[in-house]
Amino acid sequence: MPNIQRLQNLSGQAHIVGVGESNKLGKVPEKSPLAHHSEAAINALDDASMQLSDVDALFTAGWSTLDVAEYLGIQPRYTDSTSVGGSSFVIHVAHALAAIAAGYCEVALITHGQSGRSDRAPMARNPGTPMAQFEAPYGIIGPPVSYAMAARRYMHEYGEDRTRQAMAEIAISTRKWANLNPMAYFHDVPATFDDYHNSRWVAWPFHLLDCCLVTDAGAAIVITTPERARNAKNGSVKILGAGEGHDHSGISQMPDLTRAFGRNTGPQALEMAGVTYSDIDLAMIYDSFTYTVLVSLENLGFCGPGEGPDLVASQRTAPGGEFPLNTNGGGLSYTHPGMYGIFTLVEAARQLRGQAGERQLDNCNLAVAHGTGGLLSSTGTVVLGVE
Amino acid sequence: MTNATPKPQPLPQPESDRYWDGLKNEEIWLQRSKATGKFQFYPRQVSISDPESGPDGIEWVQASGNAELFTFSIVHAAPHIGFVGDVPYIAALVQLEEDVIVPTNIVGIDPEPENLRIGMALQPVFEHNDDGHTLLKFTSA
Repeated sequence: MPNIQRLQNLSGQAHIVGVGESNKLGKVPEKSPLAHHSEAAINALDDASMQLSDVDALFTAGWSTLDVAEYLGIQPRYTDSTSVGGSSFVIHVAHALAAIAAGYCEVALITHGQSGRSDRAPMARNPGTPMAQFEAPYGIIGPPVSYAMAARRYMHEYGEDRTRQAMAEIAISTRKWANLNPMAYFHDVPATFDDYHNSRWVAWPFHLLDCCLVTDAGAAIVITTPERARNAKNGSVKILGAGEGHDHSGISQMPDLTRAFGRNTGPQALEMAGVTYSDIDLAMIYDSFTYTVLVSLENLGFCGPGEGPDLVASQRTAPGGEFPLNTNGGGLSYTHPGMYGIFTLVEAARQLRGQAGERQLDNCNLAVAHGTGGLLSSTGTVVLGVE
Repeated sequence: MTNATPKPQPLPQPESDRYWDGLKNEEIWLQRSKATGKFQFYPRQVSISDPESGPDGIEWVQASGNAELFTFSIVHAAPHIGFVGDVPYIAALVQLEEDVIVPTNIVGIDPEPENLRIGMALQPVFEHNDDGHTLLKFTSA
């Protein structure tokens, strides 16, 4: 079991000093996935007043660090290709914290790039996995079907109408945030509750507006020691708490369809950080689907099981609401190349550093970034803060 | 039945051959731990409820086929080119009487949410494909 006392000593021993996206997000057929890695890396390093030659640790998912390092022309002394779905990048933050504190490296670069929209270099699937053997022959393939079955079970346990309303609230409030983010795919496209309910079925109970975008995009994060963080021109964000783990791969093996691994990673990350949910100013929750947000908030402990619909009711999570959630516009309305987790961190860092433009929150000092990967399989949670 | 476009087919492994061979004979064979009495799906080298006993800790038992609907989705956007001609279809997780969850399809029911009730009783349908595989699907009992 995690040793909370030792983790508490680790809290704050590394800082995020740079974040960045690739130059253009959305439909970018003219760029390869590795070009998105590269652009985002350079942008994040520039944000940190650093260069590629400063980097001595590389983290990525979906690709091997071998390929990304070679493409970038760097020779890392610490390498981590942990790839457990879209949560991986949140997990990389925890790994970078531990590696920096232990002395393995001083400047960690986490990169992501994927051309989900233009389908350049699609990821191969291993036909030998149990998921491929027992689920795929029945058309249980990919996230929408699996998450939809989990959502239907949630509806059975907590009420269909209540769940439907909560999913609609999340879709619409997230779109309102995207309307404030110039980088968002749907920046100029408002959406109403009628739009939600009238959008086509993808996998019932999911409408199209329950589902994240599929885009071409990249992002990167730079993490360093507290000492070097003092030189960061745009300020730094402390990594205060972290948790990671997984409890299944295929959806049919999930121990409880309404309780994902955030039930463990959320409480651990908060305890390590020495904070409680009422202290949190911003929740950045991976929204592969509206349902993912609903169930994650409950699993993390922002509210109890079945209480998520109250937490997101009446546009409480929209701009100006009491509970700011996914202020970049999320995977639903900003960008989602396939493994979105890194973007939760980019936005959390921007809000904490006061760089979020029109959507900037007042008094944002403490944020939770939470990634969910695979088929509700893995989660990574980090708590980030500024003085 | 003939597939117009190729669907992903199961790639049986040594520990699952008995399961897939059983379906060809319209029988459902499951692994059970001798020590704990717990069934497991899918087949593995050892029981996850008693891994210490190793492969000898497992016995194969024929399941009754009695099942209940645990959850489902009605798939409208085909997630693979092989399913384009099948949409809308019902993807489901089914709970067998032996207390294991099995991924499957519900067939013989018009794919509308109101026709499906979680907990409804189901019975197996063995679908023999031209390529030699048999899939285990379910319909209302």
